[in-house]
Formats: sequence, structure tokens, C-alpha cells
Amino acid sequence: MSRPRVIPGFGLSLGFSVVYLSLIILLPLVALFVKAAGLGWREWWDLLSSPRVLAAARLTFGASAAAAALSSVLGLIVTWVLVRYTFPGRRLLDGMIDLPFALPTAVAGITLTTLYAPNGWLGAPLQQLGLKVAYTPIGVFMALTFIGFPFVVRTVQPVLEDLSRDTEEAAATLGAGRWVTFWRVVFPALLPAMITGFTMALARAIGEYGSVIFISGNLPMKTEILPLLIVAQLEQYNVPAASVIAAAMLIVSFTLLLVINLLQRWLDKNQQR
Amino acid sequence: MSISIQSIHKSFGSYLALDDVSLEVPQGSLTALLGPSGSGKTTLLRIVAGLDFADEGRGKILFHGENVADVPAGERQVGFVFQHYALFRHMTVAENVAFGLNVMPRHRRPSAAEIDERVKELLHLVRLDGLDRRRPHELSGGQRQRVALARALAIRPKVLLLDEPFGALDAQVRKDLRRWLRVFHDQIGLTTLFVTHDQEEALELADQVVVMRQARVEQVGPPQEIFDHPRTPFVYEFLGNVNKIPHANGEVRYVRPHEMEITFAAEYDAARDVLADVTHLFSAGPVASLSLRLGDGSLVEAEISRKQLEELALSVGDRVAVRWP
Repeated sequence: MSRPRVIPGFGLSLGFSVVYLSLIILLPLVALFVKAAGLGWREWWDLLSSPRVLAAARLTFGASAAAAALSSVLGLIVTWVLVRYTFPGRRLLDGMIDLPFALPTAVAGITLTTLYAPNGWLGAPLQQLGLKVAYTPIGVFMALTFIGFPFVVRTVQPVLEDLSRDTEEAAATLGAGRWVTFWRVVFPALLPAMITGFTMALARAIGEYGSVIFISGNLPMKTEILPLLIVAQLEQYNVPAASVIAAAMLIVSFTLLLVINLLQRWLDKNQQR
Repeated sequence: MSISIQSIHKSFGSYLALDDVSLEVPQGSLTALLGPSGSGKTTLLRIVAGLDFADEGRGKILFHGENVADVPAGERQVGFVFQHYALFRHMTVAENVAFGLNVMPRHRRPSAAEIDERVKELLHLVRLDGLDRRRPHELSGGQRQRVALARALAIRPKVLLLDEPFGALDAQVRKDLRRWLRVFHDQIGLTTLFVTHDQEEALELADQVVVMRQARVEQVGPPQEIFDHPRTPFVYEFLGNVNKIPHANGEVRYVRPHEMEITFAAEYDAARDVLADVTHLFSAGPVASLSLRLGDGSLVEAEISRKQLEELALSVGDRVAVRWP
């Protein structure tokens, strides 16, 4: 068990990790489930099957998945431009990618709302075209895309930088056109990183609160998201109901992430260097 | 299919990579582009492949008399093998080899059964039978390079281009694969152009060696001729060890270590010999190599057979008589 190692400290670091995980992550989660367990199955079911919660769940998971998907596509294009081309201002653009990470989400939400409100710079012309963004699910989707796409850029970027041009040139000499080369050679190599980026964007979007509540308008049954419902329950001092929704969200999110991880494991197995 | 390269120029910004390069690669030959890094040899190979293009309006690349200078890589029908294999990691060996056939336009593409058959044939040709379901990361370097070769051959290329094909392999595999490639080439008879910076490799493998230096072709010829009659001091020095011996009239003589003849100091003949001291002796190999200090203090290298070394019973510090042609 205790073989000499170059860098010792397995016991200490493992101990630290376990304590940290327990205190910071596991303990709050347990507390959450304990609170939620205060209600019986019946009450769980009634609460979670209420139309308002179901509508919010649909919007939260639906808009998050759609936003993560769009982030993946946009992220891939932006990454491609950043890695494959040199142009003036490239470093600046590269630095700007991380801004959504740093910006307080409420600021992002308020800014997007101002822009896309029916009297905003972009909202007004869009309104004339018959497209309402602010206070609709589209607004929620936009805010979540804004939040999610840096994750995709930052996970795909190192992989694309690492991808040698040789393989693309090999495909070209073998008679493959640009599209075929992209779809059959480059894309499969980037796919695992894209899935990781998608997963992170998705996880972040599901939990996102600050930027969404401003642009969504929080209309029950229409633009309410689950985190907002949780806060609403808390404001009415209904802690058990809030924890039930939270626990249900956790379970669904965990299952989603687990499935994506398994998918990725399977992909990785088929493609190692 | 012969390749004819006619006065190709290539510059990258202000850097001149190829300066009026012309070259004939005869049909069915195995030609080596040999030179130090930065001599332009890889750029030339890439231009022949269509992966780079020569400066506009200057020079031609003829495949069997037909100018292909403006034909894109995918339509030139060249087999290209990269130094680092460039295999498709997410595909099996068989999928890699079949790639060029699978991406053909529908009307030219062979049927799935024909493709399978062809892949099997090719894997047999490069001696990789039974590895078709493996993935590149499960293969050794030498095996990967043979997969890359099979993949390049799948499209029935008109010419085969190899960019430092053995560069990433270790010494033993390198030697084996090199001998195998020579036999393989004679078997399939495809016009082949390969790039190397290793003179031993070029001399052993090629029918024709093209020595390049600083964006220009320095000398072209069969290995023997290039080795025995280098046209410039650069070629002399680049093709293996050489002693530079200054003569009284200011000229420099180039003498290869194996051309140095060594006898006992007692047999010294002032008319043709020079006296020298043995300063270093290395005999762990088929030939023994000696460092000698001449009368003027300069050091030269000599190579003699192990047998001769034993007859002379030399050791460091001994004085010998040396002569050269």
C-alpha cells in the first residue's frame, strides 16, 4: 500500500479531498434531501406534477439544452477563427470570450433586457418584424447562450490547437473535399471536447438565475424557470417545497450529466491517441 | 509516371524557399531529396503534391508531360506519406486505408465489397494482415507508417511522395523499414520521391539522389556518383565524414576517412607519406576509426579494417605513416 513515491502525500491529500468534498458539497446536498424528506411521497408528487412546476421544468431543461447546443455550434466557429487565423485584434477577441464568466449575471441580464425590450435598440426593430425576445422563452434561451458559449470555446480551443494539419492534408491528398474533410476528419476529433463544453454549458444553464430572471419577465406558466420557483417558495417561507423542487432538479441534472459522461467514455474508448 | 519540375520558385514573404529549382524524376525511379533542414526539400515535395503552390506564373510541374501546377491536391492522384503518419485517430486501420476510396464521388466509388477486397489486398501488401480492426494508437510506429503507406496507395496514385517517412522511428525499425521499402518499391514500380536529411538513408535507398542546399539543387545523380564525385565542398561534407586537408598551394583536399592509408612509421616514404600520431582509437564496430595528429598539428580521421588494425597493433600515442590518393 505504501510504496515510496517521488512526490509523497497521498494520505494527506486524499484526506483533504474527502473532508473538502464532504463539507462543501456533500453536506449541503444531504441537508437538502433531509429537508425535502420532511414531505411525504404524496406531497412530492402533488408539488412536482403541478402545472406551474412542470411548465418551469420544461422551459429550464428545454431552453438549457437548446442554448447549450447553439453554444456548441457558435463556440466551434469562434474557436476555429481564433485558432486557425491570425488577424489584428485576435488576442483582444480571445480575451473577450471570458467576459461572460466575469460579468455579474444580473448585469448581463439587465443589459440583454434593455437591448431586447420592445423599446430597446434591438428589441424595437425585432418587434416590427414580429419577433419578441424579451419576456419570452426566446429571451431565456438568449441569456443562456450568452452564459454558456465560453465553456465550449475554452474546452475546444486546446484540442483544436493540438490537432495537426497533417491529417487534413492527408485527407486532401486522398481526394476528400473541404466538407468531407471537416465532417469525417476534423469534427470527429473535436467531438469529445465539444461534448465536454456542451455539458458544462448545459449544467451552467440549468442552474442559471441572475441573467434569466430579468429578461424572462417571470410570467407563470410561460417564462418562469425552476430556480425562480425555488426562490419564490423560499420567499413564502415554504422551505420544504423549495427543497423538493431543488432535489428533483438535482436528480434530473445528475442523471443528465451521468448519461453524457457515459456517452463520452464510450467515444473516448473508440478514439485514443 | 515521370515527374518533371521546371524552374519552380517559392517564397514565404521575404524568405526564398525554392530558387529556380528544376528536376527530372524518371518513371519508376526511387528518388531522394536530400538536404539539411531549411534547404527547401519538403517545400518542393509539398508543391509536387499540391499542398503548397509555387509562386504564380513561374515554373511548371509536369506529370507525364501534363502540367499539374494548378491542379488541387485532391485531383493530382498522388500518394503522400507524412513523417508523423497523420492517421485518422478515430478510425480503424481498415477505415483509414479505405478513406480515399470512400470519399470518391459516387459514380467512381467502388462497391463496398470491392473496397473491402482492396483494403485486404493492401494490408497484405504492407504485411499488416489481421490488424484491420485495430486503431492507430494500438500500433507501433513502424506499423503506423505502413498503414499510412497502404492508405496512400489505396487511391492508385500516379506517384508516391514520402516526407521523412522514417524520421519518427527508432534506429532499428528505421533500418528494417528502409530495406523493406526498397524491395517494396521494386515490386510495385511506382515513381517515388522521398525527402530525407539522412545521407545514409538516401544513399542506401535511392536510384537517384538530389542534394539540396539553401533553396537550390546542388547536385543530382546516382548515389555512387554523388558519393564518389561530389561537385561542391558542401556535397562532400554533407555526404558523410570528410577530412579537409590544406595543401601548400592554398587548395583544400577533401579525403574520406576510408581513403586514408596507414602503414608502419618504419615504412615512411617522404615522397608520398606524412607522419602522424594516433591520438584516439575507436574499434567497437566493423571498422576501426582513428584520430591522427599530423605534423602541422591538424587532426584527421581515418578508417581501417579491424584486421589491419590488428596487423599494425596500434595503440594511442604510436607514430604511423599516412597517405591519401
